[in-house]
Amino acid sequence: MNLFFSELLLIIPELIIILAAILLLMIGSFSTKNSAKVVVYFSALTLFFVSFLEIIMPWDTGLLFTESLVENGFSRFVKSIIFLSSAFVIILSSKWLVRYDSKAFEYPILILFSSLGMSFMISANDLITLYLAIELQSLPLYVLASFKRDSVNSGEAGIKYFVLGALSSSLFLFGSSLVYGFTGSVEFFDISKSIGAPEINTGIIVGIVFILSGLIFKISAVPFHMWTPDVYEGSATPVTAFFSTAPKMAAMCMLVNILYGPFSGAFESWQQIIIFVSIASMALGSFVAIKQTNIRRLLAYSSIAHMGFALIALSSPLSSSAVQSLLIYMLIYVVTNLGVFACIISLETSEGETISKIDDLSGLSRRYPFIAFSMTMLMFSFAGIPPLAGFFGKYLIFRTAIENDLISLALFGLIISVVAAYYYIRIIKIMYFDELDILLTKSSSKGLNITNIVCTIFIVFFLLIYSFFPIAEMANLAAKSIN
Amino acid sequence: MQSWNLLSIITFFPLLGALFILLSPQQEKKISERNSKSLALWTSIITFIISLFLLYGFDSEVSSYQFYERVVIANGLMTYQLGVDGISILFVMLTTFLMPFCILASWNSIKDRVESFMIAFLVLETLIIGTFCSLDIILFYLFFESVLIPMFIIIGVWGGERKVYSAFKFFLYTLLGSVLMLAAMIYLYAHTGSTELIVISENLDLKNSSQYFLWLAFFCSFAVKLPMWPVHTWLPDAHVEAPTSGSVILAAILLKMGGYGFLRFSLPLFPEASHYFAPFVFTLSIIAIIYTSLVAYVQKDIKKLIAYSSVAHMGFVTLGIFTFNTQGIEGSIYQMLSHGLISAALFFCIGIIYDRLHTRQIKDYGGLVSIMPNFAIFFMIFTMANVALPGTSGFIGEFLIVIATFSISKIAAIFAATGVILSAIYGLFLYKNVVFGKITNETIELLTDLTPREKLILFPLAFLIVFFGLFPSSILGLISESSNNLSDLLDLALLGIDPLGVK
Repeated sequence: MNLFFSELLLIIPELIIILAAILLLMIGSFSTKNSAKVVVYFSALTLFFVSFLEIIMPWDTGLLFTESLVENGFSRFVKSIIFLSSAFVIILSSKWLVRYDSKAFEYPILILFSSLGMSFMISANDLITLYLAIELQSLPLYVLASFKRDSVNSGEAGIKYFVLGALSSSLFLFGSSLVYGFTGSVEFFDISKSIGAPEINTGIIVGIVFILSGLIFKISAVPFHMWTPDVYEGSATPVTAFFSTAPKMAAMCMLVNILYGPFSGAFESWQQIIIFVSIASMALGSFVAIKQTNIRRLLAYSSIAHMGFALIALSSPLSSSAVQSLLIYMLIYVVTNLGVFACIISLETSEGETISKIDDLSGLSRRYPFIAFSMTMLMFSFAGIPPLAGFFGKYLIFRTAIENDLISLALFGLIISVVAAYYYIRIIKIMYFDELDILLTKSSSKGLNITNIVCTIFIVFFLLIYSFFPIAEMANLAAKSIN
Repeated sequence: MQSWNLLSIITFFPLLGALFILLSPQQEKKISERNSKSLALWTSIITFIISLFLLYGFDSEVSSYQFYERVVIANGLMTYQLGVDGISILFVMLTTFLMPFCILASWNSIKDRVESFMIAFLVLETLIIGTFCSLDIILFYLFFESVLIPMFIIIGVWGGERKVYSAFKFFLYTLLGSVLMLAAMIYLYAHTGSTELIVISENLDLKNSSQYFLWLAFFCSFAVKLPMWPVHTWLPDAHVEAPTSGSVILAAILLKMGGYGFLRFSLPLFPEASHYFAPFVFTLSIIAIIYTSLVAYVQKDIKKLIAYSSVAHMGFVTLGIFTFNTQGIEGSIYQMLSHGLISAALFFCIGIIYDRLHTRQIKDYGGLVSIMPNFAIFFMIFTMANVALPGTSGFIGEFLIVIATFSISKIAAIFAATGVILSAIYGLFLYKNVVFGKITNETIELLTDLTPREKLILFPLAFLIVFFGLFPSSILGLISESSNNLSDLLDLALLGIDPLGVK
């Protein structure tokens, strides 16, 4: 009994989220007033608190619940970022939500549940737990995608996401069953032991391929990227902000966990797949984004390309520097995305809608110089131009690749990043060089402004922040706990 | 002097000024524009004055890095390491010297978003000085590449009609070159375990084949920046569309980053590859000198003509650098400095007449001499310097380079010398059509001669151009020790390799 409680202590953040979600659900259901505002406020507070908690809790490795969950530095670090970014997304959405439907208190609660699923995804230590966690994370996301009940596009996005998500889950399950069949276990330790044998059974490889297909769907990399642009476009903008941040971070880190964990013995087999996925995502994301006119579709393709870049780090054999560079890259990606969405959400067309066409931004620099400036910095950061944060992310990734003799992959990535730069600077061109023609109004709230300022400062002064705050050490500590 | 961190002060002082402009309280539009202009001007002047201390404290007898600073930053990702030697100090001086003039030149011609323009310019100054001072490859890349951001904005916001096209072309061209250099830099790091230039050059022990690839990667970046012949096409576009002061910065300083890069990285790090590729560089340089001179001759746009002449002059620079001897290296540094002054002066001149007539077509001008005699005199001095007339700074550089080339390859020297004649042809053609001849355009008769502000810009430049033409030792004394050192280092590395590159 004592042991059980000591195990529970390790997942206090998750327990807090569960309790908060249930409590807030009660408050939302039984309060007569417009409850969305209160629920938003408290759920953001909860997430900020648990994010902080993850950092100060001990980072030692601990196995719990008959080894079905594992807590270590890696999971703590990643969860902290996931909770933080979810909290920021709730802040970003607050104003939109209250205006869209002041009774829709379920929105922040769905985000809470989804974050909970992500946190278990990171901690999962066997395939069954992992599957359950993925479903816990995905189901709220399907609902969120179709959150705008009165919009056909939003409904379409939800259905599309749900059907394809179910397909990917089934692929994952099928792969898991194959792996179980050939290794005799669903636990990561046992799987890694049986894969560590000199000869790897073909059945296991097939299983790994299926599992990877399921997981690559979650990070929206090519060839399982098709849902991304439609879902990004159809969903409400704040929901898109959520899609492009926390779930991406979670899925990518889960991929790290599973590839470097149970499947590390089959490195040579999955390395080819990851390299292919990486190259295809970078190329497709960058080239297709050029022609986009809808800003959310553009960001969808941009996120596909960014996943490709992140996968470069995963293509190299396990080393703490590879994992560290991936973590920092993803952190920068998440922060930049949050900043971009903070800019977009705070602008409205004359009909009171959040902007969707890129051309709506034209001449922004005259009307709202600060938003235009921070958007410019964020775009240059996405493009990887120094001295902004995005450059350091790319630098670390390419350094990992070159250190591991993946020179042609790194070269390809570098050259593709020039193509990607084109569509990012096109947005800057529209904001700065074009004349003002569409009148936008600013609908900023305190939360939006704070998010915007925090993200911009992080991006612009990344070099200083990286030098004076222990980001690198924490990421390194996190990376070391993977082995 | 060392403990003052003089280089850091010079590098970041303009940024401080930019910050001041950014944070200055909102006032009436007129007042805040005036304030930002004078703040920018004073910042750049003070930077120049501080940089004079650098020149004063510089010991020209020493070939190693001076005013050295080193701090490990970003968790060991890179070091913040600054220092100057004979090769870089004059580029720093050139930058700090030209900046106040650029701001003066845009005093009345920039009317839109003045504060942003001044901020962009001061940020640009910081980045350029940082590029010339940094001794850590990643720090260098940081500065080198960040220049794209303000320059993209300057061309795109304050540029001419085809500004968007030019800004994009400039940005993507240079970025493509630079990412290859980044790959090479990371490879160097992976091999030596350090990002510090000094450590890398000590520990570098490369297989031949990888040395060639690395050289090519660095070459891509610097050749685009310089620019060399087949990849020069971004330059005329960028020049033509940029505002006057933007063109000045581009021609006078940004191009020099390419030549500086060759001297700082390509030659000392990869001597064998440099030697191996020297004939290739020679060929490109010769083509650049002759082809772009001919192209310059048929231009109808004054700015384009000067832009193409810049490419031709940069051809001399690469020619000089890849002779590997002291004269050639000194000559190319000299040529870069003097071209910095001359092209700046020429672009200022074009800016002056453009502000009055708002056209850059040669055919719209003619007969300026009787209306603007002072302008005609200054323009003549600068044209003659561009033609490399003895007595101007342009002559010394080209002369040294041609001599150095002669000792390596007679054919190349002959072609290069032809370039001097060709430059006289297009230079005099331009001068004749703009300044002499009948007044065909009636509006010209209404023009006024130089204002005191314009004289203030042109006079120091004319003085320096003539001064350096008559007293070359004033510059050569500063650069000779480092150039000697570099060419000795190359000789040592190439020992046992005969001039044909066969072991």
